[in-house]
Amino acid sequence: MRLRSWTFLFSRWRLSDWPFHASLGIIAALYVGLILALVLADAAFAEPGRLLQTLSAPEIRYSIKLSLISCTAAALLSLWVAVPTGYLLSRWSFPGKNVVDAVLDIPIVLPPLIVGLSLLILFQTPAGKAVEQIIPVTYAVPGVILAQFAVACAFAVRAMRITFDQISPRSEQVALTLGCTQAQAFWHVAIPEARQGMLTAFTLAWARSLGEFGPILVFAGSTRMRTEVLSVSVFLELSIGNLEAAVAVSLLMILTAVVVLLLVRLFGSTRTLETAVKP
Amino acid sequence: MIQVEQLSVRAGRFCLRDICLEVPSAGYAILMGRTGCGKTTLLEAICGLKPASAGRVLVLGKDVTALPPRDRGIGYVPQDRALFQTMTVRDHLAFAPEIRRWSPERVAARVAQLATLLGITHLLDRKPAGLSGGEAQRVALGRALAAEPRVLLLDEPLSALDDETREEMIALLKTVQLETGVTTLHVTHHREEARKLATEVFVLAGGSVSRADSLSANG
Repeated sequence: MRLRSWTFLFSRWRLSDWPFHASLGIIAALYVGLILALVLADAAFAEPGRLLQTLSAPEIRYSIKLSLISCTAAALLSLWVAVPTGYLLSRWSFPGKNVVDAVLDIPIVLPPLIVGLSLLILFQTPAGKAVEQIIPVTYAVPGVILAQFAVACAFAVRAMRITFDQISPRSEQVALTLGCTQAQAFWHVAIPEARQGMLTAFTLAWARSLGEFGPILVFAGSTRMRTEVLSVSVFLELSIGNLEAAVAVSLLMILTAVVVLLLVRLFGSTRTLETAVKP
Repeated sequence: MIQVEQLSVRAGRFCLRDICLEVPSAGYAILMGRTGCGKTTLLEAICGLKPASAGRVLVLGKDVTALPPRDRGIGYVPQDRALFQTMTVRDHLAFAPEIRRWSPERVAARVAQLATLLGITHLLDRKPAGLSGGEAQRVALGRALAAEPRVLLLDEPLSALDDETREEMIALLKTVQLETGVTTLHVTHHREEARKLATEVFVLAGGSVSRADSLSANG
């Protein structure tokens, strides 16, 4: 049976084709292997007892809690901005659309440290200081959320634009003839059809927020039990030479990332995700 | 009654100029023309989805040219049907009456009436993904008729249907026309549909519309 299946394989892969297929496989396997080796090395490094001890420390528990809250807040804010912005870019042409499109890509291409620095400078302007009078942002929890939002939202906007591009505007046009205003066609027809894409955009923004480090470090600082999120915890533990604790937090972040990616593959739109994260 | 008076529409590479046509009340007009001659553009201009650069559209003698699509009293079935993928057939039939704030009892009665007329009562809880081509066409027709429009625009409603389903749909369109008395403009490139359904036949060619009396045989 095994011999027959191999014969079948070789009859399908003509002799001239298999080196090509083999090289594709080898190159892909090398990179997949590298990623798995990174995760496995972390896992092998951490001792289970030390892992639990690290994760139950009050600082790390605070960091986990703040990460969950700030990522969710940043992702919700991103979705709230990304849905109308993605719809606008997908459905309408207007003067300067290319410029707007390019501006929306800035947070994606800009080095993360520069995003943080720019936020810091923005909040030194009179307008920024006025906001600080009402709600403290710099070196505070709102600063963490804003730093995460600044980058995550750009990915969410891309995801929502792709989502609406994939939905034919025909249904919304028919809704207009059935008695809808543009807003009603958006709420009753476009939004329900974009649900999968919205889930993808939210998850993508959430995952980006979790991985955010540079802007948070510069704009919100790295104060224990105050602005410490998981990525900052890894940095803080590393800086005091506590490699085991840094690895323990890293493993938790890897596990979270895997769960998030599985959720998107199960319930969201994989196509939207793949196109949205393309550089 | 639909009256199109010297209507000009510019859309991409199309430019329709000085289009004139008139369909009497409760009439069934067929507009013929080759693929790509601008038939869909003309329908979209009549129902208000494309702006007219000149001319007028009148429904029952009222000028609707400046009105948004929702206020024109025109039901529209596009060629691709454009059903709402997340809604059931019942939601489709109830959509226009609910948007127009009919009472729940009136909406339910209208849904039941349309489902019976179109023979889709057994499909009411299904979503578009589970419908055949003919069933989807009936749902799109029901959705367009639900709020009792005065005019119905059909864009190639029988394309992509097999011969048997096509005959059923032709019979159904005749019944709908008889029962509702809705003034209909049906776009196609099939002469057979014109022969079986039309009270008026128009031909769109070279950016203008002319009447083709020889084809109108009314079934």
